[in-house]
Amino acid sequence: MFKKFSPTTDIAGHTPVKTSIQRGIRAGILSQWKIEPETLEAIWPKKEGLVLVKCREHISIYTVHNEPLLFQHFDGPYYPTLQLLHKYPYILPMVKVDRGAIRFLLAGAHMMCPGLTSVGGYLPPADASLPAGTPVAIHAEGKDNAVGIGITKLGTEEMRKVNKGVGVELATYLGDDLWALQTL
Amino acid sequence: MPSKKNATPANPAPAVEDPDAPPPPDPVPPVQVLYCAVCTFPPEYCEFGASLTRCKEWLKEEHPDLYDKYYSEDALTAKLGTLSVEAQSKLEKDTAKKEAKAEAKADAALKKKMASQVTIKRIERNKRKHVTSIHGLEAFGIDLKKAAKQFSSKFATGSSVTKNPQGLEEIVVQGDVSDEIVEMIEAGVGVLKGIPADNVEVVEEKKKKGAE
Ligand SMILES: [Zn+2]
Repeated sequence: MFKKFSPTTDIAGHTPVKTSIQRGIRAGILSQWKIEPETLEAIWPKKEGLVLVKCREHISIYTVHNEPLLFQHFDGPYYPTLQLLHKYPYILPMVKVDRGAIRFLLAGAHMMCPGLTSVGGYLPPADASLPAGTPVAIHAEGKDNAVGIGITKLGTEEMRKVNKGVGVELATYLGDDLWALQTL
Repeated sequence: MPSKKNATPANPAPAVEDPDAPPPPDPVPPVQVLYCAVCTFPPEYCEFGASLTRCKEWLKEEHPDLYDKYYSEDALTAKLGTLSVEAQSKLEKDTAKKEAKAEAKADAALKKKMASQVTIKRIERNKRKHVTSIHGLEAFGIDLKKAAKQFSSKFATGSSVTKNPQGLEEIVVQGDVSDEIVEMIEAGVGVLKGIPADNVEVVEEKKKKGAE
């Protein structure tokens, strides 16, 4: 989504978000992320206005104090920025790619099932499986911090079964143009 | 400082709702992640960046313990994980290539920067009044607004960032201060750092006589 993203050409405008809509977004985040209301309050205090930064291709970035906190594609799920995920790593469920896949991920590639199902990879166990369309933190073999954020294209059990093709679509990753934006 | 009464900003009690309610739970503190000052990645990912050599130098200098953790003999063997030796050597080759490419790019950018000119123009407004325009500072990574502010406080005159007829941004300072600005650039005062004196030229623009 942010492999090639330039604030000067890809942003349509900044608009403050209406309070009623902010309430909806807050509720959406609380239901989609594993985050405590008080922690969300610390990240995004209720009295601080959220600003919608409208971008090309139906990407919405939301900022607080000019700092990007989350983004959304169309009216899909909310993704935290990778910086925010690094601060609160537990808010998204985690998958892991093997070391061989890191290089491709950092070039912006979607993650293939074999990179997730191999020995170095990780998918949640069957009793905690994730359905398709779940935002996930993408970790990497041997690393402590997440390397990217993506969305499952298949259920995690299906990934194990099929074991080919794209398993997780990449939304943002270390070193992409969203990562490079400290403020917006 | 005037003291505020009942100043307990951390946990304001929900006064009206329920006096017996337990205090709200504390938010989970954020994890403080260290980022590499060279490539902005967490240092564990520097090996995938385009500046590994400089990243390593930085880490060795600033965080020797982490340097050992990531780059000692043991760490390097353990890191291989499930990756085959061939894949690892391919990765190393890729990294070297990427690094060379990034260096060449930085070199080219530096050359371009060193070739760009800063033009200081003394413009005659009428017989005794002049303005000074400064063009080309942005090529040296200087924030024009900050520079304009610096000029206006230094010379106690008006100074602003404007677009010239060619659509390029420049700073216009009221009064003839071209010599002083040359001196400031040579001395590298304030935000005016990193401009080689050879790249500065001073030109004069006389009031045009009649229509041209
Ligand atoms: Zn680095």
